[in-house]
Amino acid sequence: MSTDFLSVDGVSMAFPVKGNGRFLALDSISMEVAKSEFVCLIGHSGCGKSTLLNLIAGLILPSAGSISCEQKPVRGPGPDRAMVFQSHALLPWMTCYQNVYLAVKQVFGRTLAGSALKEKVEEALTLVHLEHAMHKYPFEISGGMKQRVGIARALAAAPRVLLLDEPFGALDALTRASLQDELVRIVERIRSTVVMVTHDIDEAILLSDRIVMMTNGPAARIGDVLTVDLPRPRDRLELAANPQFAAHRQHLLTFLYRKQGMAAE
Amino acid sequence: MRRILGRPWLGSVGLFILLIALWHVLTATGAADVSAVDPEYARLAGQSAAAQPTAAIPTPGAVARRGGELLLHAFDRSNPNNIGIAWHLLQSLGRVLFGFALALVVAVPLGFALGLFPYVYQALNPFIQVLRPISPLAWMPLALYAFRDSGVSAIFIIFICALWPMLINTAVGAANVRQEWVNVSRVFGLPTLQHVALIMFPASVPMIMTGMRISIGIAWFVIVAAEMVGAQSGIGYFIWNEWNNLQLASMIVAIVLIGLVGLGLDSMLAWMARRLSFKE
Repeated sequence: MSTDFLSVDGVSMAFPVKGNGRFLALDSISMEVAKSEFVCLIGHSGCGKSTLLNLIAGLILPSAGSISCEQKPVRGPGPDRAMVFQSHALLPWMTCYQNVYLAVKQVFGRTLAGSALKEKVEEALTLVHLEHAMHKYPFEISGGMKQRVGIARALAAAPRVLLLDEPFGALDALTRASLQDELVRIVERIRSTVVMVTHDIDEAILLSDRIVMMTNGPAARIGDVLTVDLPRPRDRLELAANPQFAAHRQHLLTFLYRKQGMAAE
Repeated sequence: MRRILGRPWLGSVGLFILLIALWHVLTATGAADVSAVDPEYARLAGQSAAAQPTAAIPTPGAVARRGGELLLHAFDRSNPNNIGIAWHLLQSLGRVLFGFALALVVAVPLGFALGLFPYVYQALNPFIQVLRPISPLAWMPLALYAFRDSGVSAIFIIFICALWPMLINTAVGAANVRQEWVNVSRVFGLPTLQHVALIMFPASVPMIMTGMRISIGIAWFVIVAAEMVGAQSGIGYFIWNEWNNLQLASMIVAIVLIGLVGLGLDSMLAWMARRLSFKE
Protein backbone atom coordinates (compact mmCIF):
# COMPACT_ATOMS: atom_id res chain seq x y z
CA MET A 1 0.00 0.00 0.00
CA SER A 2 2.65 2.50 -0.96
CA THR A 3 1.90 4.12 -4.28
CA ASP A 4 -1.38 5.90 -4.74
CA PHE A 5 -3.42 3.93 -7.13
CA LEU A 6 -6.36 6.27 -7.41
CA SER A 7 -5.86 9.88 -6.57
CA VAL A 8 -8.36 12.69 -6.21
CA ASP A 9 -6.58 16.01 -6.11
CA GLY A 10 -8.30 19.23 -5.06
CA VAL A 11 -11.56 18.36 -6.79
CA SER A 12 -14.46 20.80 -6.68
CA MET A 13 -17.77 20.32 -8.38
CA ALA A 14 -20.21 23.11 -9.11
CA PHE A 15 -23.50 22.59 -10.91
CA PRO A 16 -25.23 25.40 -12.78
CA VAL A 17 -28.63 26.22 -11.35
CA LYS A 18 -31.59 28.08 -12.80
CA GLY A 19 -30.92 31.74 -13.27
CA ASN A 20 -27.19 32.16 -13.46
CA GLY A 21 -26.08 30.84 -10.10
CA ARG A 22 -23.91 27.85 -9.31
CA PHE A 23 -24.40 25.19 -6.72
CA LEU A 24 -21.09 24.13 -5.21
CA ALA A 25 -21.54 20.48 -4.28
CA LEU A 26 -17.96 19.52 -3.48
CA ASP A 27 -15.22 21.87 -2.32
CA SER A 28 -11.58 20.89 -2.91
CA ILE A 29 -11.68 17.22 -2.07
CA SER A 30 -8.37 15.37 -1.98
CA MET A 31 -7.98 11.68 -1.22
CA GLU A 32 -5.87 8.73 -2.18
CA VAL A 33 -6.80 5.11 -2.54
CA ALA A 34 -4.10 2.44 -2.53
CA LYS A 35 -4.14 -0.69 -4.66
CA SER A 36 -6.42 -3.38 -3.21
CA GLU A 37 -7.77 -0.98 -0.66
CA PHE A 38 -11.49 -0.85 0.19
CA VAL A 39 -12.60 2.70 0.88
CA CYS A 40 -16.10 3.77 1.91
CA LEU A 41 -17.46 7.27 1.48
CA ILE A 42 -19.99 7.99 4.19
CA GLY A 43 -22.10 11.04 4.91
CA HIS A 44 -25.64 12.29 5.17
CA SER A 45 -27.79 12.21 2.06
CA GLY A 46 -27.17 15.19 -0.17
CA CYS A 47 -23.56 15.55 0.95
CA GLY A 48 -22.25 14.85 -2.52
CA LYS A 49 -20.76 11.41 -1.94
CA SER A 50 -22.45 10.02 -5.05
CA THR A 51 -21.22 13.06 -6.98
CA LEU A 52 -17.67 12.22 -5.91
CA LEU A 53 -18.16 8.64 -7.08
CA ASN A 54 -19.54 9.84 -10.44
CA LEU A 55 -16.48 12.06 -10.77
CA ILE A 56 -14.17 9.10 -10.18
CA ALA A 57 -16.22 7.11 -12.72
CA GLY A 58 -15.77 9.97 -15.19
CA LEU A 59 -19.52 10.26 -15.75
CA ILE A 60 -19.18 13.93 -14.85
CA LEU A 61 -16.06 16.07 -15.01
CA PRO A 62 -14.88 18.24 -12.11
CA SER A 63 -15.12 22.03 -12.19
CA ALA A 64 -11.67 22.20 -10.62
CA GLY A 65 -8.95 19.77 -9.60
CA SER A 66 -8.07 16.45 -11.16
CA ILE A 67 -8.55 12.73 -10.73
CA SER A 68 -6.14 10.09 -11.89
CA CYS A 69 -6.20 6.33 -11.91
CA GLU A 70 -2.81 4.61 -12.17
CA GLN A 71 -1.19 7.95 -13.00
CA LYS A 72 -3.55 8.40 -15.96
CA PRO A 73 -5.91 11.37 -15.73
CA VAL A 74 -9.62 10.49 -15.78
CA ARG A 75 -11.21 12.23 -18.76
CA GLY A 76 -14.38 10.19 -19.12
CA PRO A 77 -16.06 6.95 -18.11
CA GLY A 78 -14.47 3.59 -18.86
CA PRO A 79 -14.70 -0.07 -17.88
CA ASP A 80 -11.43 0.20 -15.89
CA ARG A 81 -13.64 1.99 -13.33
CA ALA A 82 -16.73 -0.21 -13.57
CA MET A 83 -19.65 0.82 -11.47
CA VAL A 84 -22.40 -0.95 -9.56
CA PHE A 85 -25.36 1.39 -9.65
CA GLN A 86 -27.74 2.20 -6.82
CA SER A 87 -30.75 1.00 -8.81
CA HIS A 88 -29.02 -2.09 -10.29
CA ALA A 89 -29.42 -0.53 -13.78
CA LEU A 90 -29.80 -3.85 -15.54
CA LEU A 91 -31.10 -3.62 -19.07
CA PRO A 92 -34.58 -5.17 -18.82
CA TRP A 93 -34.61 -6.40 -22.43
CA MET A 94 -31.57 -8.60 -21.83
CA THR A 95 -31.19 -11.74 -19.74
CA CYS A 96 -28.76 -11.73 -16.80
CA TYR A 97 -26.25 -13.52 -19.02
CA GLN A 98 -26.63 -10.91 -21.79
CA ASN A 99 -26.31 -8.05 -19.32
CA VAL A 100 -22.97 -9.37 -18.13
CA TYR A 101 -21.93 -10.35 -21.65
CA LEU A 102 -22.42 -6.74 -22.78
CA ALA A 103 -19.64 -5.67 -20.42
CA VAL A 104 -17.38 -8.66 -21.09
CA LYS A 105 -17.69 -8.28 -24.86
CA GLN A 106 -16.78 -4.61 -24.60
CA VAL A 107 -13.68 -5.22 -22.51
CA PHE A 108 -12.36 -8.52 -23.87
CA GLY A 109 -14.10 -8.73 -27.26
CA ARG A 110 -10.96 -7.86 -29.20
CA THR A 111 -8.55 -10.12 -27.34
CA LEU A 112 -10.55 -13.23 -26.47
CA ALA A 113 -12.45 -15.83 -28.48
CA GLY A 114 -16.18 -16.36 -28.10
CA SER A 115 -15.85 -19.39 -25.86
CA ALA A 116 -13.52 -17.53 -23.51
CA LEU A 117 -15.99 -14.65 -23.31
CA LYS A 118 -18.76 -17.08 -22.45
CA GLU A 119 -16.55 -18.59 -19.75
CA LYS A 120 -15.90 -15.17 -18.24
CA VAL A 121 -19.60 -14.35 -18.10
CA GLU A 122 -20.41 -17.68 -16.47
CA GLU A 123 -17.53 -17.28 -14.04
CA ALA A 124 -18.77 -13.85 -12.95
CA LEU A 125 -22.33 -15.07 -12.48
CA THR A 126 -21.11 -18.11 -10.57
CA LEU A 127 -19.08 -15.86 -8.29
CA VAL A 128 -22.32 -14.21 -7.14
CA HIS A 129 -24.15 -17.59 -7.01
CA LEU A 130 -26.46 -16.91 -9.92
CA GLU A 131 -25.50 -19.74 -12.22
CA HIS A 132 -29.07 -21.10 -11.95
CA ALA A 133 -30.69 -17.80 -13.02
CA MET A 134 -28.29 -16.94 -15.82
CA HIS A 135 -30.86 -16.99 -18.59
CA LYS A 136 -33.65 -15.27 -16.72
CA TYR A 137 -34.73 -11.71 -17.42
CA PRO A 138 -34.36 -9.09 -14.69
CA PHE A 139 -38.13 -8.91 -14.12
CA GLU A 140 -38.12 -12.62 -13.27
CA ILE A 141 -35.68 -12.32 -10.35
CA SER A 142 -35.70 -10.60 -6.94
CA GLY A 143 -34.15 -7.24 -6.10
CA GLY A 144 -31.21 -8.85 -4.32
CA MET A 145 -30.52 -11.09 -7.30
CA LYS A 146 -30.65 -8.11 -9.67
CA GLN A 147 -28.04 -6.31 -7.61
CA ARG A 148 -25.87 -9.44 -7.69
CA VAL A 149 -26.05 -9.38 -11.48
CA GLY A 150 -25.02 -5.72 -11.30
CA ILE A 151 -22.00 -6.71 -9.19
CA ALA A 152 -21.18 -9.60 -11.55
CA ARG A 153 -21.37 -7.26 -14.54
CA ALA A 154 -18.95 -4.80 -12.96
CA LEU A 155 -16.55 -7.51 -11.78
CA ALA A 156 -16.61 -9.26 -15.15
CA ALA A 157 -15.12 -6.15 -16.72
CA ALA A 158 -12.03 -6.77 -14.52
CA PRO A 159 -11.93 -3.13 -13.42
CA ARG A 160 -8.84 -1.49 -11.90
CA VAL A 161 -11.20 0.14 -9.43
CA LEU A 162 -14.66 -1.14 -8.58
CA LEU A 163 -17.11 1.66 -7.81
CA LEU A 164 -20.24 0.92 -5.77
CA ASP A 165 -22.95 3.55 -5.40
CA GLU A 166 -25.07 2.57 -2.39
CA PRO A 167 -25.55 -0.83 -3.99
CA PHE A 168 -27.59 -2.28 -1.15
CA GLY A 169 -29.62 0.81 -0.31
CA ALA A 170 -32.81 -0.42 -1.94
CA LEU A 171 -32.74 -3.90 -0.37
CA ASP A 172 -34.33 -5.23 2.81
CA ALA A 173 -32.09 -5.74 5.85
CA LEU A 174 -31.68 -9.52 5.52
CA THR A 175 -30.93 -9.47 1.80
CA ARG A 176 -28.57 -6.60 2.40
CA ALA A 177 -26.66 -8.55 5.06
CA SER A 178 -26.27 -11.60 2.84
CA LEU A 179 -25.05 -9.47 -0.08
CA GLN A 180 -22.60 -7.64 2.19
CA ASP A 181 -21.19 -10.98 3.32
CA GLU A 182 -20.91 -12.04 -0.27
CA LEU A 183 -19.12 -8.83 -1.20
CA VAL A 184 -16.68 -9.33 1.72
CA ARG A 185 -15.95 -12.82 0.45
CA ILE A 186 -15.48 -11.72 -3.18
CA VAL A 187 -13.33 -8.73 -2.33
CA GLU A 188 -11.10 -10.79 -0.05
CA ARG A 189 -10.71 -13.33 -2.80
CA ILE A 190 -9.90 -11.08 -5.73
CA ARG A 191 -8.28 -8.25 -3.73
CA SER A 192 -9.73 -5.57 -5.97
CA THR A 193 -9.59 -1.87 -5.25
CA VAL A 194 -13.02 -0.62 -4.23
CA VAL A 195 -14.62 2.75 -3.59
CA MET A 196 -18.10 2.44 -2.16
CA VAL A 197 -20.68 5.03 -1.23
CA THR A 198 -22.92 4.19 1.70
CA HIS A 199 -24.83 5.76 4.54
CA ASP A 200 -24.86 2.56 6.58
CA ILE A 201 -22.30 2.68 9.41
CA ASP A 202 -22.15 -1.08 10.07
CA GLU A 203 -21.78 -1.77 6.38
CA ALA A 204 -18.90 0.67 6.14
CA ILE A 205 -17.01 -0.88 9.07
CA LEU A 206 -17.66 -4.44 7.93
CA LEU A 207 -16.31 -3.84 4.46
CA SER A 208 -13.75 -1.04 4.59
CA ASP A 209 -10.06 -0.63 5.19
CA ARG A 210 -10.64 3.09 5.46
CA ILE A 211 -13.76 5.21 5.87
CA VAL A 212 -13.88 8.73 4.47
CA MET A 213 -16.44 10.87 6.28
CA MET A 214 -17.89 13.78 4.40
CA THR A 215 -19.34 16.98 5.84
CA ASN A 216 -22.84 18.10 4.95
CA GLY A 217 -23.32 19.87 1.65
CA PRO A 218 -23.32 22.31 0.03
CA ALA A 219 -19.57 22.70 -0.46
CA ALA A 220 -18.94 19.34 1.18
CA ARG A 221 -15.42 18.48 2.26
CA ILE A 222 -13.75 15.49 3.84
CA GLY A 223 -14.44 15.88 7.54
CA ASP A 224 -12.56 12.92 8.96
CA VAL A 225 -10.92 9.65 7.92
CA LEU A 226 -11.09 6.46 9.94
CA THR A 227 -8.72 3.55 9.40
CA VAL A 228 -10.50 0.31 10.20
CA ASP A 229 -7.98 -2.06 11.73
CA LEU A 230 -10.08 -5.13 12.15
CA PRO A 231 -8.60 -8.44 11.05
CA ARG A 232 -9.89 -10.15 7.93
CA PRO A 233 -11.74 -12.31 7.18
CA ARG A 234 -14.41 -10.45 9.08
CA ASP A 235 -17.51 -12.07 10.44
CA ARG A 236 -20.51 -9.97 11.24
CA LEU A 237 -21.38 -12.01 14.37
CA GLU A 238 -17.88 -11.87 15.82
CA LEU A 239 -17.62 -8.16 15.04
CA ALA A 240 -20.75 -7.43 17.04
CA ALA A 241 -18.86 -8.39 20.21
CA ASN A 242 -15.55 -6.81 19.18
CA PRO A 243 -14.61 -3.74 21.31
CA GLN A 244 -12.64 -2.26 18.40
CA PHE A 245 -15.77 -2.48 16.23
CA ALA A 246 -17.75 -0.68 18.92
CA ALA A 247 -15.10 2.04 19.11
CA HIS A 248 -15.18 2.55 15.33
CA ARG A 249 -18.94 2.67 15.45
CA GLN A 250 -18.78 5.28 18.21
CA HIS A 251 -16.34 7.32 16.15
CA LEU A 252 -18.58 7.32 13.07
CA LEU A 253 -21.76 7.98 15.03
CA THR A 254 -20.13 10.91 16.79
CA PHE A 255 -19.07 12.39 13.48
CA LEU A 256 -22.40 11.88 11.75
CA TYR A 257 -24.79 12.79 14.54
CA ARG A 258 -22.82 15.14 16.79
CA LYS A 259 -20.47 17.05 14.51
CA GLN A 260 -22.56 16.82 11.35
CA GLY A 261 -25.96 16.41 12.98
CA MET A 262 -28.89 17.30 10.83
CA ALA A 263 -31.85 19.22 12.12
CA ALA A 264 -34.84 16.93 12.68
CA GLU A 265 -37.03 16.99 9.61
CA MET B 1 -78.24 -7.50 -11.17
CA ARG B 2 -75.11 -8.51 -9.32
CA ARG B 3 -74.57 -11.35 -11.75
CA ILE B 4 -74.66 -8.95 -14.67
CA LEU B 5 -72.27 -6.58 -12.97
CA GLY B 6 -70.05 -9.54 -12.15
CA ARG B 7 -69.77 -10.44 -15.82
CA PRO B 8 -69.23 -7.32 -17.88
CA TRP B 9 -69.68 -9.14 -21.19
CA LEU B 10 -73.29 -9.91 -20.22
CA GLY B 11 -73.78 -6.19 -19.82
CA SER B 12 -72.29 -5.62 -23.26
CA VAL B 13 -74.63 -8.17 -24.83
CA GLY B 14 -77.60 -6.68 -23.01
CA LEU B 15 -76.76 -3.17 -24.15
CA PHE B 16 -76.27 -4.42 -27.71
CA ILE B 17 -79.69 -6.07 -27.74
CA LEU B 18 -81.24 -2.95 -26.22
CA LEU B 19 -79.72 -0.66 -28.84
CA ILE B 20 -80.73 -2.95 -31.70
CA ALA B 21 -84.27 -3.11 -30.33
CA LEU B 22 -84.41 0.67 -30.04
CA TRP B 23 -83.10 1.02 -33.58
CA HIS B 24 -85.73 -1.46 -34.79
CA VAL B 25 -88.58 0.34 -33.04
CA LEU B 26 -87.50 3.71 -34.39
CA THR B 27 -87.08 2.53 -37.98
CA ALA B 28 -89.78 -0.16 -38.38
CA THR B 29 -92.54 2.35 -37.65
CA GLY B 30 -91.52 4.61 -40.52
CA ALA B 31 -91.26 3.77 -44.21
CA ALA B 32 -89.47 0.56 -43.48
CA ASP B 33 -90.00 -1.04 -46.88
CA VAL B 34 -88.39 1.80 -48.78
CA SER B 35 -85.30 1.68 -46.61
CA ALA B 36 -84.17 -1.70 -47.88
CA VAL B 37 -83.80 -0.54 -51.45
CA ASP B 38 -83.86 -3.43 -53.84
CA PRO B 39 -80.43 -3.94 -55.40
CA GLU B 40 -81.97 -4.45 -58.86
CA TYR B 41 -83.84 -1.22 -58.45
CA ALA B 42 -80.78 0.61 -57.30
CA ARG B 43 -78.80 -0.57 -60.28
CA LEU B 44 -81.53 0.56 -62.62
CA ALA B 45 -82.11 3.86 -60.89
CA GLY B 46 -78.43 4.68 -60.38
CA GLN B 47 -77.80 8.29 -59.40
CA SER B 48 -81.46 9.21 -59.57
CA ALA B 49 -82.12 7.08 -56.50
CA ALA B 50 -80.51 9.82 -54.47
CA ALA B 51 -83.35 12.06 -55.46
CA GLN B 52 -85.93 9.77 -53.90
CA PRO B 53 -87.25 11.63 -50.86
CA THR B 54 -88.87 8.54 -49.36
CA ALA B 55 -85.60 6.83 -48.33
CA ALA B 56 -85.34 6.20 -44.59
CA ILE B 57 -82.90 4.67 -42.19
CA PRO B 58 -83.14 0.88 -42.70
CA THR B 59 -84.14 -1.51 -39.92
CA PRO B 60 -81.52 -3.66 -38.25
CA GLY B 61 -83.03 -6.68 -39.99
CA ALA B 62 -82.62 -5.07 -43.40
CA VAL B 63 -79.02 -4.15 -42.62
CA ALA B 64 -78.30 -7.69 -41.46
CA ARG B 65 -79.83 -9.11 -44.65
CA ARG B 66 -77.82 -6.69 -46.75
CA GLY B 67 -74.71 -7.60 -44.73
CA GLY B 68 -75.31 -11.26 -45.48
CA GLU B 69 -75.61 -10.52 -49.19
CA LEU B 70 -72.49 -8.37 -49.25
CA LEU B 71 -70.45 -10.94 -47.37
CA LEU B 72 -71.76 -13.75 -49.56
CA HIS B 73 -70.41 -11.87 -52.58
CA ALA B 74 -67.49 -10.36 -50.70
CA PHE B 75 -64.85 -11.69 -53.04
CA ASP B 76 -66.91 -11.32 -56.19
CA ARG B 77 -65.11 -9.53 -59.00
CA SER B 78 -66.96 -10.91 -62.02
CA ASN B 79 -68.58 -7.55 -62.73
CA PRO B 80 -66.12 -4.60 -62.78
CA ASN B 81 -68.95 -2.29 -61.69
CA ASN B 82 -69.84 -4.43 -58.73
CA ILE B 83 -66.64 -5.46 -56.98
CA GLY B 84 -67.11 -7.42 -53.71
CA ILE B 85 -66.79 -5.49 -50.45
CA ALA B 86 -63.77 -7.56 -49.31
CA TRP B 87 -61.75 -6.26 -52.27
CA HIS B 88 -62.60 -2.70 -51.29
CA LEU B 89 -61.55 -3.37 -47.72
CA LEU B 90 -58.31 -5.03 -48.83
CA GLN B 91 -57.60 -2.15 -51.19
CA SER B 92 -57.99 0.33 -48.31
CA LEU B 93 -55.95 -1.85 -45.97
CA GLY B 94 -53.18 -2.10 -48.55
CA ARG B 95 -53.03 1.69 -48.94
CA VAL B 96 -53.04 2.19 -45.18
CA LEU B 97 -50.30 -0.36 -44.58
CA PHE B 98 -48.16 0.95 -47.43
CA GLY B 99 -48.44 4.58 -46.36
CA PHE B 100 -47.97 3.56 -42.74
CA ALA B 101 -44.83 1.56 -43.55
CA LEU B 102 -43.36 4.51 -45.47
CA ALA B 103 -44.10 6.79 -42.52
CA LEU B 104 -42.51 4.29 -40.12
CA VAL B 105 -39.33 4.09 -42.18
CA VAL B 106 -39.03 7.88 -42.13
CA ALA B 107 -40.29 8.52 -38.59
CA VAL B 108 -38.07 6.17 -36.59
CA PRO B 109 -34.62 7.28 -37.81
CA LEU B 110 -35.71 10.92 -37.95
CA GLY B 111 -37.28 10.62 -34.51
CA PHE B 112 -34.01 9.27 -33.12
CA ALA B 113 -32.12 12.17 -34.69
CA LEU B 114 -34.59 14.61 -33.10
CA GLY B 115 -34.43 12.90 -29.72
CA LEU B 116 -30.67 12.50 -29.56
CA PHE B 117 -29.45 15.77 -31.06
CA PRO B 118 -30.99 18.94 -29.63
CA TYR B 119 -29.63 20.84 -32.62
CA VAL B 120 -31.65 18.75 -35.07
CA TYR B 121 -34.69 19.06 -32.82
CA GLN B 122 -34.49 22.83 -32.65
CA ALA B 123 -33.84 23.16 -36.38
CA LEU B 124 -36.76 20.94 -37.43
CA ASN B 125 -39.24 21.80 -34.69
CA PRO B 126 -40.77 24.86 -36.45
CA PHE B 127 -41.50 22.76 -39.54
CA ILE B 128 -43.05 20.00 -37.48
CA GLN B 129 -45.20 22.44 -35.53
CA VAL B 130 -46.56 24.02 -38.72
CA LEU B 131 -47.05 20.82 -40.71
CA ARG B 132 -48.52 18.70 -37.94
CA PRO B 133 -51.83 20.53 -37.43
CA ILE B 134 -52.66 20.52 -41.15
CA SER B 135 -55.56 18.20 -41.82
CA PRO B 136 -54.23 15.45 -44.05
CA LEU B 137 -57.21 15.97 -46.36
CA ALA B 138 -56.09 19.52 -47.08
CA TRP B 139 -53.27 17.96 -49.07
CA MET B 140 -55.64 15.87 -51.18
CA PRO B 141 -56.25 18.22 -54.14
CA LEU B 142 -52.57 19.09 -54.30
CA ALA B 143 -51.66 15.40 -54.12
CA LEU B 144 -54.17 14.55 -56.86
CA TYR B 145 -52.66 17.24 -59.05
CA ALA B 146 -49.07 16.19 -58.31
CA PHE B 147 -49.44 12.40 -58.55
CA ARG B 148 -52.36 12.28 -61.01
CA ASP B 149 -53.48 9.07 -59.39
CA SER B 150 -56.06 8.78 -56.64
CA GLY B 151 -54.49 5.62 -55.18
CA VAL B 152 -51.02 7.14 -54.90
CA SER B 153 -52.55 10.31 -53.49
CA ALA B 154 -54.36 8.30 -50.82
CA ILE B 155 -51.07 6.62 -49.87
CA PHE B 156 -49.42 10.02 -49.65
CA ILE B 157 -52.20 11.27 -47.38
CA ILE B 158 -51.78 8.24 -45.14
CA PHE B 159 -48.04 8.84 -45.03
CA ILE B 160 -48.54 12.44 -44.00
CA CYS B 161 -51.01 11.69 -41.25
CA ALA B 162 -49.24 8.61 -39.87
CA LEU B 163 -45.86 10.35 -39.73
CA TRP B 164 -46.36 12.77 -36.84
CA PRO B 165 -47.39 10.55 -33.94
CA MET B 166 -44.59 8.08 -34.69
CA LEU B 167 -42.04 10.85 -35.21
CA ILE B 168 -42.89 12.67 -32.01
CA ASN B 169 -43.18 9.52 -29.89
CA THR B 170 -39.86 8.19 -31.14
CA ALA B 171 -38.19 11.54 -30.42
CA VAL B 172 -39.66 11.69 -26.91
CA GLY B 173 -38.74 8.04 -26.31
CA ALA B 174 -35.15 8.53 -27.46
CA ALA B 175 -34.72 11.76 -25.51
CA ASN B 176 -35.97 10.21 -22.28
CA VAL B 177 -34.06 6.96 -22.13
CA ARG B 178 -33.28 6.43 -18.45
CA GLN B 179 -30.03 8.05 -17.41
CA GLU B 180 -28.94 4.89 -15.59
CA TRP B 181 -29.02 2.90 -18.85
CA VAL B 182 -27.11 5.62 -20.65
CA ASN B 183 -24.59 5.53 -17.80
CA VAL B 184 -24.20 1.76 -18.13
CA SER B 185 -23.44 2.26 -21.80
CA ARG B 186 -20.92 5.01 -21.00
CA VAL B 187 -19.19 3.15 -18.17
CA PHE B 188 -18.69 0.04 -20.27
CA GLY B 189 -17.67 2.14 -23.26
CA LEU B 190 -20.17 1.03 -25.90
CA PRO B 191 -19.38 2.42 -29.36
CA THR B 192 -22.05 4.63 -30.95
CA LEU B 193 -23.57 1.96 -33.17
CA GLN B 194 -24.00 -0.50 -30.30
CA HIS B 195 -25.14 2.27 -27.99
CA VAL B 196 -28.02 2.93 -30.38
CA ALA B 197 -28.77 -0.70 -31.27
CA LEU B 198 -28.45 -2.28 -27.82
CA ILE B 199 -29.49 0.55 -25.48
CA MET B 200 -31.33 3.44 -27.12
CA PHE B 201 -33.49 1.45 -29.53
CA PRO B 202 -34.76 -1.25 -27.16
CA ALA B 203 -35.35 1.39 -24.49
CA SER B 204 -37.48 3.42 -26.93
CA VAL B 205 -39.53 0.51 -28.28
CA PRO B 206 -42.51 1.02 -25.94
CA MET B 207 -42.81 4.68 -26.98
CA ILE B 208 -42.37 3.82 -30.67
CA MET B 209 -45.08 1.18 -30.40
CA THR B 210 -47.44 3.68 -28.77
CA GLY B 211 -46.77 6.05 -31.67
CA MET B 212 -47.47 3.25 -34.12
CA ARG B 213 -50.80 2.49 -32.48
CA ILE B 214 -51.88 6.11 -32.62
CA SER B 215 -50.72 6.39 -36.23
CA ILE B 216 -52.49 3.31 -37.51
CA GLY B 217 -55.69 4.50 -35.85
CA ILE B 218 -55.48 7.89 -37.52
CA ALA B 219 -54.52 6.33 -40.85
CA TRP B 220 -57.58 4.10 -40.75
CA PHE B 221 -59.74 7.17 -39.97
CA VAL B 222 -58.29 9.14 -42.81
CA ILE B 223 -58.31 6.51 -45.56
CA VAL B 224 -62.12 6.48 -45.64
CA ALA B 225 -62.26 10.21 -46.22
CA ALA B 226 -59.36 10.16 -48.67
CA GLU B 227 -61.05 7.51 -50.77
CA MET B 228 -64.28 9.47 -50.90
CA VAL B 229 -62.43 12.07 -52.92
CA GLY B 230 -61.61 10.85 -56.37
CA ALA B 231 -60.80 7.21 -55.65
CA GLN B 232 -62.25 4.42 -57.79
CA SER B 233 -61.89 1.70 -55.17
CA GLY B 234 -61.56 1.19 -51.46
CA ILE B 235 -64.02 1.19 -48.60
CA GLY B 236 -64.33 4.98 -48.62
CA TYR B 237 -65.26 4.89 -52.30
CA PHE B 238 -67.67 2.05 -51.53
CA ILE B 239 -69.53 4.11 -48.93
CA TRP B 240 -69.67 7.16 -51.16
CA ASN B 241 -70.88 5.06 -54.08
CA GLU B 242 -73.59 3.43 -51.99
CA TRP B 243 -74.63 6.85 -50.77
CA ASN B 244 -75.01 7.99 -54.36
CA ASN B 245 -77.17 4.90 -54.91
CA LEU B 246 -79.02 5.63 -51.69
CA GLN B 247 -78.04 2.16 -50.47
CA LEU B 248 -78.24 3.10 -46.80
CA ALA B 249 -78.12 -0.53 -45.63
CA SER B 250 -74.88 -1.14 -47.55
CA MET B 251 -73.41 2.01 -46.03
CA ILE B 252 -74.22 0.85 -42.52
CA VAL B 253 -72.71 -2.57 -43.24
CA ALA B 254 -69.54 -0.85 -44.49
CA ILE B 255 -69.43 1.39 -41.39
CA VAL B 256 -69.62 -1.63 -39.10
CA LEU B 257 -66.88 -3.39 -41.10
CA ILE B 258 -64.64 -0.31 -40.84
CA GLY B 259 -65.04 -0.45 -37.09
CA LEU B 260 -64.20 -4.14 -36.94
CA VAL B 261 -61.13 -3.82 -39.18
CA GLY B 262 -59.93 -0.83 -37.13
CA LEU B 263 -60.32 -2.90 -33.97
CA GLY B 264 -58.33 -5.68 -35.63
CA LEU B 265 -55.51 -3.32 -36.60
CA ASP B 266 -55.28 -1.89 -33.11
CA SER B 267 -55.34 -5.31 -31.43
CA MET B 268 -52.61 -6.50 -33.75
CA LEU B 269 -50.37 -3.60 -32.84
CA ALA B 270 -51.21 -3.94 -29.14
CA TRP B 271 -50.17 -7.58 -29.34
CA MET B 272 -46.96 -6.65 -31.13
CA ALA B 273 -46.24 -3.97 -28.52
CA ARG B 274 -46.63 -6.53 -25.76
CA ARG B 275 -44.30 -8.94 -27.51
CA LEU B 276 -41.61 -6.40 -28.39
CA SER B 277 -41.58 -4.16 -25.30
CA PHE B 278 -39.41 -5.09 -22.37
CA LYS B 279 -40.96 -6.07 -19.05
CA GLU B 280 -39.92 -4.70 -15.70
